[in-house]
Amino acid sequence: MSEPSYIDRPNRPLYAYAMFYLAFLYIPILFLPLFSFNDSTYIAFPLKGFTFEWYEQMFSDAPMGAALVNSLKVGAVASVFATLLGVFAAKAVTRYHIPGKRPIVFVIMLPLVVPGILLGVALLILMKQIGVQLSLITVTIGHILICVPFAMATLIPRFEGFDKSMEEASADLGANAISTFWRVTLPMVLPGIIASMLLCFTISFDEFIIAFMLNGSEKTLPIHIFSQLRFPARLPPVLALGSAIIAISFVVVFFSQWLRRYGVDDKPSLGI
Amino acid sequence: MSGNDAYIQISDISKHFGAVKAVDSVNFSIASGEFFSLLGSSGCGKTTLLRLLAGFEAPTKGEVYIDGAPMSQVAPHKRPTNMVFQNYAIFPHLNVEANLAYGLRYDKIEKSEMNKRVEEALEMVQLAGYGKRRSNELSGGQRQRVALARALIKRPKVLLLDEPLGALDKKLREEMQLELRALQEAVGITFIFVTHDQEEALTLSDRIAVMARGQTLQIASPKELYNNPVSVEVAEFIGQMNFVNASVVDVKSGKAVLETAGLGKITASTSKSFVQKGNDIVVAIRPEQLSLRDKPARGQHGVKGTMKTSAYLGDRSHVYVSVEGREQALAVSAQEGTGSVGGLDRGSDVYVTWSDEALILLPH
Repeated sequence: MSEPSYIDRPNRPLYAYAMFYLAFLYIPILFLPLFSFNDSTYIAFPLKGFTFEWYEQMFSDAPMGAALVNSLKVGAVASVFATLLGVFAAKAVTRYHIPGKRPIVFVIMLPLVVPGILLGVALLILMKQIGVQLSLITVTIGHILICVPFAMATLIPRFEGFDKSMEEASADLGANAISTFWRVTLPMVLPGIIASMLLCFTISFDEFIIAFMLNGSEKTLPIHIFSQLRFPARLPPVLALGSAIIAISFVVVFFSQWLRRYGVDDKPSLGI
Repeated sequence: MSGNDAYIQISDISKHFGAVKAVDSVNFSIASGEFFSLLGSSGCGKTTLLRLLAGFEAPTKGEVYIDGAPMSQVAPHKRPTNMVFQNYAIFPHLNVEANLAYGLRYDKIEKSEMNKRVEEALEMVQLAGYGKRRSNELSGGQRQRVALARALIKRPKVLLLDEPLGALDKKLREEMQLELRALQEAVGITFIFVTHDQEEALTLSDRIAVMARGQTLQIASPKELYNNPVSVEVAEFIGQMNFVNASVVDVKSGKAVLETAGLGKITASTSKSFVQKGNDIVVAIRPEQLSLRDKPARGQHGVKGTMKTSAYLGDRSHVYVSVEGREQALAVSAQEGTGSVGGLDRGSDVYVTWSDEALILLPH
C-alpha cells in the first residue's frame, strides 16, 4: 500500500466537523420514530416502553387517512403537470433561439425565492377575486406553481446533457418534429422526467403554507397534522405516520437523485 | 464522374447570422456520383453550407436544387439527403440495429425487408454481429461506421459528411479514408464531404471547393488545386509552398521577366492576364520543385544561399535555406539518401535550383 497522495490525506478536524454536521441534521428527525414506538401519550423523556399501538391507531384514524389520500392526489396531479410544463419550458429554453430567453427563465424560476407565504396570500386574493371556490384544486394549482422551477432545474441539465445533433439526426433520417420528440427527445430525458416527478411530488406532499391558504373543506396531510397538535392524545399516531413518511421520502429522494445522474455520461455513476 | 453534371445546384446562396456572413453568395454545381469536398479552416462556412443542404439552416437568400427540385421549402425530414454527423449522433438509448432501422420506418417498407437492409448495411460497414451493441460499447471507428451505415441505409441521393473522420486517430483515419472512397465508388451516391484537413480532401475527392470567409476561393480537382492554385490564399492552404514577391519587368510572347526579392532576375512562361509589365505579383514554388546543389548547375536557374536548418520527415527532409534579400528561408524538399544533402552542414553554402515550369505565378 502506497502513501495516500496529498489531496487524499485524511484530515481529522474535517471528519469531526462532517460528523457534527450530519448529527445536527438528522438527530432531531430521529426523535420522530423514537417517540412513535414509546408507550405514552406524552412526548417526553424518559421513554416508557415499546409499543405498536400508535401505528395501529394510525390505520384506524379516518380523518388522517382522508388527509393522506388528499395529499397523495394533490401531489400526483401537481407533479405530473409541473413536470409536463417543465419539459416544454426546458426544451424551449435549451433548444430554440427565443428573444428575451433570460428574463423568461428568471420569471419561471422566481417562485423558488419568493416566500411561500407571499405566494399563498397572492394566490388567495387572486382566487377570491376571480371567484374560484377554494378546494383541493386550488391547492394543486398553487403546488404546480411552486413545483415548476424545481422541474425546470431538474430537466434543463438533462436537455443540455444531450447533443442537439441527436434531434437533427432524427429529422435527417425522416422523422418529423413530433416523431423526433417521442423517439429521441423523450427517451433521452426520461430519467430527468421521473426524477422531476418524484421531486415535485415530495415538495407538494409536505407543503404547508400554500395549502393552508388555499385549502377548502378537505385538508392535506400537513394541515391535518398541524390541526392535531392541540390535542396531545391524537399526536402519537401522527408521529407514527410521520416516521413512515420519512422512511418513504428518503427512498424516493434517493432514487430521484440517482435517476437524475444516471445515464448522463457513459460512466456508471451510482453515487449521489 | 457520370450522369448529370449539375445534379446539385447551389445557386447564389447566402446565410447570415446577424452581422456575420457565414455563407456569402456561393454558386456551384456538383455532378451526380461525385465525391465533392468542402475544404477550409474553421469558421469558413463549410459546415453551414452543408447544413443548408441538409435543411438544418434556412438560406438568407439563394436556393439549393437537388435533382432539379428547389429545396428551401422542403423540411430536413423530407429531403433526399442524409448526413453523417461530426460526433456521429448515434442514439444512445438504441442498439446498433435499432439505430440503423430508425429511418427505415418512414420509408414504408416491410419488416422483413427492413431486417434484410439492416443486415446488408452491417455487412457493408463490416459490423456484422454488432447489431445488439449500444453506442457506448463501440470504439470510435465503429461508431463512425454505424453513423455511415445509418445514413446510407436510407439510400439517399446525396450523402453529407461533416468531418466524420476528425475524431479518429491518424492511423484509423487513413484506413477509413480508403474505406470511405471504396464505399462511395461501390454505392455510387454523391458524397459531399466537409473537412479542414487538406490532405484528406486531396486523397478522397473528385473535386474540392476551397472556402474562406463564406466564399469559395477555388473549385477544382485535387491535382489542379495543387499544381494550379488561383491565389496565394489557396496555395497557402494546399500543401507547403514558398512565396516570393516579384515585379514584372517585361512580358514578351508568353515569357515574363521578373525581378524578385531574393531569387534575382528570373524568367517564367505564363499566359495569365494579371502578369503585365509593372505589376507586382507573387511567385510560388513547391519545396519538391527546388533542388539543392553544392555548385551552380549549368542551364538551370539557381540562387546561392546558406543552409539554416532541416526538418527530418522520414522519407524526405525539408531543408531551410536562407538567401539574401529574403526574410523567410526557402523550404527545399530533399529525398533521403540521394546524397544531394548528405554532406551539407548547417551554415554551409548551397545552391538552390529550379526549372521554369515549376514556377506558379499568382496575383499579389
